Amino acid sequence: MLSSATRLAQMLFVLWIVATILFFLFRLMPGDPTVAYIDTNFTEEQVQQLKKSFGLDRPLREQYVIYLGNLVRGEFGDSFHHRQPVLKLLLGVLPNTIILTLTSLIVAYVFGTLVGAWLAWKRGSIAEGIAIPTVLTLRAAPEFWLGMVLLAIFGFKLGWFPSGGANSAGANFPSEWSRIFSRDFIWHLTLPALTLALYLQGLPLLLMRSNMLDVMSEDFITMARMKGLSNRAIVLRHAARNALLPVATAFALGFGASIGGNVVVETVFSWPGLGKLLVNAVASSDYPVAQGAFFIITVVLVTMNFCADMLYSFLDPRVSHGRRG
Amino acid sequence: MAVAAESPRPRSRSLVRSALAPLRDPFAATGALIYVTFALVAIFADVLATHDPLEILFKPDGSLVASVAPGREHLLGTTNLGRDIFSQLVIGTRSALIVGLMAAVVVAVIGTVVGLVSGFFGGWADAVLMRVADVALGIPFLPFVILMAGFLGPKTSNIILAIALLLWPNTARVIRSQVLTVRERAFVEAARVTGASTWRILFVHVAPNILPLSFLYGSIAVGWAILTEASIAFLGFGPSDKVSWGYMLQDAYASQALSRGDYNWFVPPGICIVLVVVAGFFISRGYEEVLFPKLKD
Repeated sequence: MLSSATRLAQMLFVLWIVATILFFLFRLMPGDPTVAYIDTNFTEEQVQQLKKSFGLDRPLREQYVIYLGNLVRGEFGDSFHHRQPVLKLLLGVLPNTIILTLTSLIVAYVFGTLVGAWLAWKRGSIAEGIAIPTVLTLRAAPEFWLGMVLLAIFGFKLGWFPSGGANSAGANFPSEWSRIFSRDFIWHLTLPALTLALYLQGLPLLLMRSNMLDVMSEDFITMARMKGLSNRAIVLRHAARNALLPVATAFALGFGASIGGNVVVETVFSWPGLGKLLVNAVASSDYPVAQGAFFIITVVLVTMNFCADMLYSFLDPRVSHGRRG
Repeated sequence: MAVAAESPRPRSRSLVRSALAPLRDPFAATGALIYVTFALVAIFADVLATHDPLEILFKPDGSLVASVAPGREHLLGTTNLGRDIFSQLVIGTRSALIVGLMAAVVVAVIGTVVGLVSGFFGGWADAVLMRVADVALGIPFLPFVILMAGFLGPKTSNIILAIALLLWPNTARVIRSQVLTVRERAFVEAARVTGASTWRILFVHVAPNILPLSFLYGSIAVGWAILTEASIAFLGFGPSDKVSWGYMLQDAYASQALSRGDYNWFVPPGICIVLVVVAGFFISRGYEEVLFPKLKD
């Protein structure tokens, strides 16, 4: 248990350093140190209120302490352009990003593990000779370009899917849940999720394949064979179960990385998510939003890295996070 | 590679051999061929380009040569503002390769030096460097590059800097663990006994043995850097006066080339990116098979 505590401390350390880097990054920008939080067309009342809550008239050292306290409470200030608290904006788009990421990851990992296991079984066949270079090529394709091609064909040419956004204009839903489970939302989700899944499937596929090849050469598989078990039983019950461990870890890592990596796909499909919010904020110098979005993406990434570590030692007891073992 | 690893003092010839050995793998050879082709295109870009990539072309009657289909005069057609797509593609090769190679060199050099120092000396240097690596790995990659390019200015050098700042830890970690095993080998002990200085042991005896790993991670970084630069340019944070593949894709996207179905505009740059990145994958695969022959079977 001590080791988990160490890992947790390490995670908080990373977050603290990132927060500190952000603090200085946004204060080293040209101009008045208040530019990070105060826009020229805010009202006098707003300016005073922000100065007070961020301690902008105090020395840098005190500002830093106030800043850290504000981060912990999720106080990122007000957006320059949307005229509302940054946290509200972030929470508003977070579901869209999480659903896009989860959908594409699940599709990619189900497909990747199945095909990866199958390819391990078919080692040396023509299918393998075609599949491996194809997978490598898909992994090399820029996600946004893949998205552009799919959008041009299925969105504009064939008209099967909408050209962007998460919901049709003017659509109204009584609650967030009913919005997310509406056919309209799923219809909008298909192309961006497919684009991401095409890119993401390569890792689980290659990982599953090489794990299967490793596991299949181990003694307990030979043992199972000697017991006279069928190939099917060996593959499904013995080999696949063990080969899945690293794939589960990769899933957690993939979730953390995709939240930030989605930026380009969200832009191509005008998907109202965290990444799109970040890009727009940076492009329009909306500093509080840029800072908040970046910080949230970091929190998700670091937390998922931590979960992957924990998952790994949980699924495979041979891995210990205590002293070297 | 096996020769280089066992001989106490690998000479430069065996170094070259270890760098080129992977090319015997058909995948790696294909990758190298792609690299060489693109390098030649980049070098002779001025000769190959049929027009000025940013020049707005007019017909003799004064109207724009806009959205022309591919043909003999314009090999890949023109953009909606009358610019020659083929020329943009050729010139774009240059900026892609420059970004890719520079970022790869910086990543490989930082990663190798940090890995060597960290693994060889251990102690507090190791502890500090590895904590820094943890932090770098905890920062979301693309969002960080966006912030840097957005706030420090849309310059190629800033993009390379941002990529290098976050990509070195992977290389450093792998090299560190390799150094940990190499430094226990007999020839290192022998060098120590004969009185070689620490730095001499590090750079003359240990470093050459991990160099293939640096090449491996360098070749992976080339692809990453090119992909990243293209993404940044596509998002509109790249230099606006320099033609790159990402710039072309951004231009096509913003000019509604998708809804018009101008495939001749936005498909070629993507294919070029795929080819260069795949070439990096293939070459690194060749290195892996030489470095870790167990995977080969």
